[in-house]
Amino acid sequence: MLSGIVFWVLAVVAVAAGVAVFRVDSMARATYALAASFIAVGLTLLLLDLQYLGIVTVLMMVMEMAVMGIYMIMFMGMNPALMPMSMVHGKRAALTVSIGTFAVLAAGALLVPWPTRRGAPAPDLVRSLGEAVMGSKMLVMMTVSPVLFATIVAALVLALPRGRYDRLGDDLRGNDLDGRARR
Amino acid sequence: MTLQTVLLVAAALLCTGLYGALSQQVVVMVMMGLELMLNGVLLAVAGFWWFLSPAPDGQVLVLVVLTAMTVEMAMGFAVATLLHRSRQSDLTDTATDLAQ
Repeated sequence: MLSGIVFWVLAVVAVAAGVAVFRVDSMARATYALAASFIAVGLTLLLLDLQYLGIVTVLMMVMEMAVMGIYMIMFMGMNPALMPMSMVHGKRAALTVSIGTFAVLAAGALLVPWPTRRGAPAPDLVRSLGEAVMGSKMLVMMTVSPVLFATIVAALVLALPRGRYDRLGDDLRGNDLDGRARR
Repeated sequence: MTLQTVLLVAAALLCTGLYGALSQQVVVMVMMGLELMLNGVLLAVAGFWWFLSPAPDGQVLVLVVLTAMTVEMAMGFAVATLLHRSRQSDLTDTATDLAQ
């Protein structure tokens, strides 16, 4: 009973904060709204006994939103807390597509005869996740790790203003493509 | 709290994010829409896991969705930085030629 009430409160907060992201007047407030939505979903994961993943979601998303706030201050060139904004295109089409998608998904969620639950959760879910990741599902970890590393490299390559090829030429010896010294 | 209600909330989050990703002009706001969509996917996966088959392996799928969120955010910020540096702009409408 209590978990049902908590779930509905968190669900309303998650969706209302999600809607607020695109309704509020400033990007700073939009960031806070998105953080609130993530925290509500993270707490819902805790209700589903996903202790580790719920806490990770809350911590990771709060940090991400903090980074996002810094980006807005860097790029927007204004006080992001005070500037009203409505920068949208194709609003009617986007609204139609999203409402249509919701109708299809909601119909699927309510009409599909979902199977009954099979099995029971492990007594210690955090431990069982650790054992799965380090045991039978290690391939997932081995895939995720290089993907994250590649993301770091790719993001740095994209974001750096001048890489070593700009400074030292294509052969990294200070020569240009024709072999002439660059400096 | 049933699977149906969890999926309804997840669908609402996903569609709110879809609206944002389709309609917003600022790159960072588009990223917020994509994050919100993944937020819904995260909730749906957790709901499926808990209500249908709460085996330990299912949690790994939630971990993969979390990783996808991280990668999307990092690459999105990198592209936003590059776009801002090369065009002094953070609007998607000024970068439509990238699709060609």
